[in-house]
Amino acid sequence: MNRKLVQYISALLSNANLNGFLSGRIYQGASKHVCVPGLNCYSCPAAIGACPLGSLQTILASSQYTISYYVTGTLLLFGVFMGRFICGWLCPFGLIQELLNKLPSLTLIIPRWAGYIKYLILIIFVLLLPVFFVNSLGMGDPSFCKYICPAGTLEGGIPLLASHQDLRDAAGSLFLIKLLILIMVVIFSVISFRPFCKIICPLGAIYGLFNPISMYRFQVDPVKCIGCGTCAQNCKMGVAMYKEPDSWECIRCGDCRTGCPAGAITTTFQIGNEPIKNTN
Amino acid sequence: MNKKRLRIILLAGGTVLIILGSALDEAASVYAKAARICLECIGIG
Repeated sequence: MNRKLVQYISALLSNANLNGFLSGRIYQGASKHVCVPGLNCYSCPAAIGACPLGSLQTILASSQYTISYYVTGTLLLFGVFMGRFICGWLCPFGLIQELLNKLPSLTLIIPRWAGYIKYLILIIFVLLLPVFFVNSLGMGDPSFCKYICPAGTLEGGIPLLASHQDLRDAAGSLFLIKLLILIMVVIFSVISFRPFCKIICPLGAIYGLFNPISMYRFQVDPVKCIGCGTCAQNCKMGVAMYKEPDSWECIRCGDCRTGCPAGAITTTFQIGNEPIKNTN
Repeated sequence: MNKKRLRIILLAGGTVLIILGSALDEAASVYAKAARICLECIGIG
């Protein structure tokens, strides 16, 4: 299956209200009760679903709830079914970074340890600050959305500010900071593969935890594998598939599979120990 | 715990959480946020 085609279709399905870019209005259909699997700002005028990360913070920041059953359940189902396959195949912001990375440039290798930063961001900005950093009414902020998320700036902020004079008037230093973060992500996306996914994205951090147990997984046949390391050389996420097929960093893009000279890497979609579907 | 059992528990747990959250009107809260311009998301504050 052509991954790029699936990425385009997924981005289009998540943002099917293209007329919103012209009208500058947010889609208000019933589908916005439901979270899409990838990082996609619900304030994007084209978005027809809810961002799971924004929804999680919104519920946690509310004085009405202490835990988000609905979004947690949604993330559990997405994670158990697909793990970080969502990042590699379905996330619109991942697609944007990959397209930027097509531009000719120098190459920057991101060190492996930097991948742990996104777990700190998940804990601090998504889980702790919205719950404990509250106002007198007991309401917090969706802190990751407010202070960091470049997807919100790109997909929601820029189109909405372009079409609303009142929003342009209201934009201040916070918007400039978020715009600067977006510019940094764009620059680093040109010189490195998916830097936001590797270092920052809390949603990728959550889905990564499911990689070892998700129903869709990669398997390495120890009989066929010759240990040549070609999979590790081909992996733009820095994963040595032949050593760690369940790595938290693997986005299941499949570059390792197509490059394996021994055909040792297969995909499975299974609930039990026996593969019920093999796409290789 | 084997992975098959863990997956089944998590899938069942996820489904129960979605139903519970819906019963507590969380889906309506998600909609209320998603159907209006989120000022935090776009960098206004």
